[in-house]
Amino acid sequence: MSDTIQQTPAPAPSDEAVARERGKRADIWRKGLQQGLAFGTLIVLLVFFSIASSNFFTWSNISGILLATAVIGILALGTTFVITTGGIDLSIGTGMTLASVMTGIFAVNLGMPLVVGVLAGIATGALMGLINGVNVAFLRLPPFIATLAMMMVAQGLALVISGVRPIYFSSVPGFKGIATGTLVPGLPNAVLIMFALAAIAYVMLAKTSFGRYTVAIGSNEEATRLSGVNTRRWLVTVYTVAGVFTGIAGVVMAARLDSAQPQLGVGYELQAIAAVIIGGTSLLGGRGSIVGTLIGALIMSVLINGLRIMSIQTEWQNVVVGVVIAIAVFADTLRNRKGV
Amino acid sequence: MTAALLEVEGISKSFPGVRALHEVQFTLHSGEVLVLVGENGAGKSTLMKILSGIYQRDTGSIRVDGQEVEITTPARAQELGISIIHQEMNLMPDLTVAQNIFIGREPRKGPFLDERGLNRKAQQLLDDLGVKLDARALVGDLTVAKQQMVEIAKALSFNARVLIMDEPTSALTDTEVETLIGLIESLRAKGTGIIYISHRMEELKRLADRVTVLRDGEYIGTLERDEIHVPTIIEMMVGRAIDEGARPRASEHARDDVVLRVSGLSTRDLLRDVSFELHRGEILGFAGLMGAGRTESARAIIGADPRTAGTIEVHGKPVTIRQPADAVRAGIGYLSEDRKRLGLMLEQSVTFNTALASIDRFTGPLGFVQQAKARRVAQQYVEDLRTKTPSTEQLVKLLSGGNQQKVVIAKWLARDSDILIFDEPTRGIDVGAKEEIYRLLQRLADEGKSIIVISSELPEVLRLAHRIVVMANGRVTGTLANEDATQQKIMDYATNLVADEQGAA
Repeated sequence: MSDTIQQTPAPAPSDEAVARERGKRADIWRKGLQQGLAFGTLIVLLVFFSIASSNFFTWSNISGILLATAVIGILALGTTFVITTGGIDLSIGTGMTLASVMTGIFAVNLGMPLVVGVLAGIATGALMGLINGVNVAFLRLPPFIATLAMMMVAQGLALVISGVRPIYFSSVPGFKGIATGTLVPGLPNAVLIMFALAAIAYVMLAKTSFGRYTVAIGSNEEATRLSGVNTRRWLVTVYTVAGVFTGIAGVVMAARLDSAQPQLGVGYELQAIAAVIIGGTSLLGGRGSIVGTLIGALIMSVLINGLRIMSIQTEWQNVVVGVVIAIAVFADTLRNRKGV
Repeated sequence: MTAALLEVEGISKSFPGVRALHEVQFTLHSGEVLVLVGENGAGKSTLMKILSGIYQRDTGSIRVDGQEVEITTPARAQELGISIIHQEMNLMPDLTVAQNIFIGREPRKGPFLDERGLNRKAQQLLDDLGVKLDARALVGDLTVAKQQMVEIAKALSFNARVLIMDEPTSALTDTEVETLIGLIESLRAKGTGIIYISHRMEELKRLADRVTVLRDGEYIGTLERDEIHVPTIIEMMVGRAIDEGARPRASEHARDDVVLRVSGLSTRDLLRDVSFELHRGEILGFAGLMGAGRTESARAIIGADPRTAGTIEVHGKPVTIRQPADAVRAGIGYLSEDRKRLGLMLEQSVTFNTALASIDRFTGPLGFVQQAKARRVAQQYVEDLRTKTPSTEQLVKLLSGGNQQKVVIAKWLARDSDILIFDEPTRGIDVGAKEEIYRLLQRLADEGKSIIVISSELPEVLRLAHRIVVMANGRVTGTLANEDATQQKIMDYATNLVADEQGAA
């Protein structure tokens, strides 16, 4: 707010009629439009690519798209909670890689049972999330900085621990099955895991006090604190939950590639954040949607897959995805302008 | 005799470098309204924060029902039955009414929230209070008044026996204030003890069973119901008698040049054919009820909102104003009613804010800002306007409301604005500082500035304005010379009596 009249701010305050009218409009706009928009976009993309290429709408391609969505989707689900509190988590991409590497270390290098390897990966994610949460809630680091630091730490550790070499799981039979096995015929397990986690995340956000405080903190942290809610503890929990999702994503990623690739990971966090925003979760906090995040993640992979099937160059694929993200965030700001 | 509901004695509190409270005391019985008054910076908010567990006191004692207590956290205050409704809204706009009321205490079914039980409990509470509100409505969609009702419901849901309200009416319309006062009276009848902080003497007279006055962090005194007398209270608050001053007369400037002529101003939503003239050196008051279109007129004039019709002449020449920057160039400065949000950068210094609108003046040929020069000019305005600040490098958020207003004024004076539009210039400013702002506006007018004052307080309009434009429903319903105006007459015009006749004609 620089200047009394340089800005064109919200309409005159405390005018009841105006406020009520605006309230009604804001309500419809906020609740429906963004998610409807995202869902509509997904349908339009599916129809468009189906017409554009006969290879697109085949079961094997659709299941391929779903498999490609799984890792980003799981990351995005966890980070939806963080973004709903008004925070951000940049450490999920390289954090996922570190979790993969830790799974490899325990299951391959140390020769422990597979279960231990999987748990080690998830625990690694949880620990990183816990540290992020403590840094944000207790040391009061801005989430951007706290998780940027963790992103670099995780990247470095993944390289150091693995000796900059991929860890192959060839000695661990069955590991691959976590991602590519088919409990349900035709549908890779990784996709099942994503949908199961989405269901859990949905319930957590909508039906539990954890979800309620996540929204409350993002909406007005100080008010939540003054209401007697231990906001710091809940913030730590939110980041830790995001960390658990990161850990699971790491395990799924490793299973899909049947190896832990320490060089991977950078950039995944931004794709996941983009999926969350496309899905209608507000970057300013206070509004989060798990279903939206799932749709957002699907939009991203449908877009990339479709463009690839149409033989569009990778470079141009990036351009298109970038434009889609910009449009999604623009829709978000429009929504906030209408809102309160 | 039974012990008082809440008894506070010898409370002192210091922050690094500042003594906020010194030996403060008061007593609250159940079923009574204690009004706490004092200028900004008198220590009211600090005291309330101590009672609600946000700050810890340095010395002194707090007794609830005669029992000495320690209030270490907001949760502890709630346990003791002390609830506070903060001046700034403390609600989560993205949650529903019910979710806000019971935040932190949601009913559950196993691991899940019992949303239906939550809504039922909240609706019950709202109905008991006689508040017409849907528990499932999103708080962000409610008006400020309704949000306040939610705050009150929330406070009472803790079975609050002591309810602290900090400036609850500052953002409410008159009818909303009536609703609130009704609610307070019914709470009082039920035995709730209420501590009511307000600047508004009118409410004080209606509500107070007792008045306690603070000044500069010290306890000045307490008046019982039959001793309450507004001039006495004001004198206790400011420590000096108020100069009521003579009312200005329209004839003083009747023959001076017309500096601003607005004709036929209309907007899509509200304004219809708003016309008036502003003379050099004149203060023109804009009176009317909430929603009459006063702020909207100002915003349409400066180009902040689109116009559908109307011309604006400055110094006799038509000007085209499409955006606020055009208005600034034409020498029109608008000082918003919402200083903190739209008028100032609170995290910046006095110098920064003063120079903001005229940064060109302080920029060298290479584009560097000449800090020393800006500081000199800021210093000059600090002295000129008698702004109370330790230095020009002080952050604006640390100044009192009245002094913040002076910084906004300095900003527009530095920009060489001839025409200043003040929207509610004394909102949130205490009685003592108001008089100082009045004198400052008069001095500016005497020095040749032309001023429009939009105000909801009729005494303020009559105290300041040479002439008074009265608006209702987006139209100008009358323009009165101060010498002809009375509060009654202004209200007649503002309540449409006259407009209806014109509409019929």
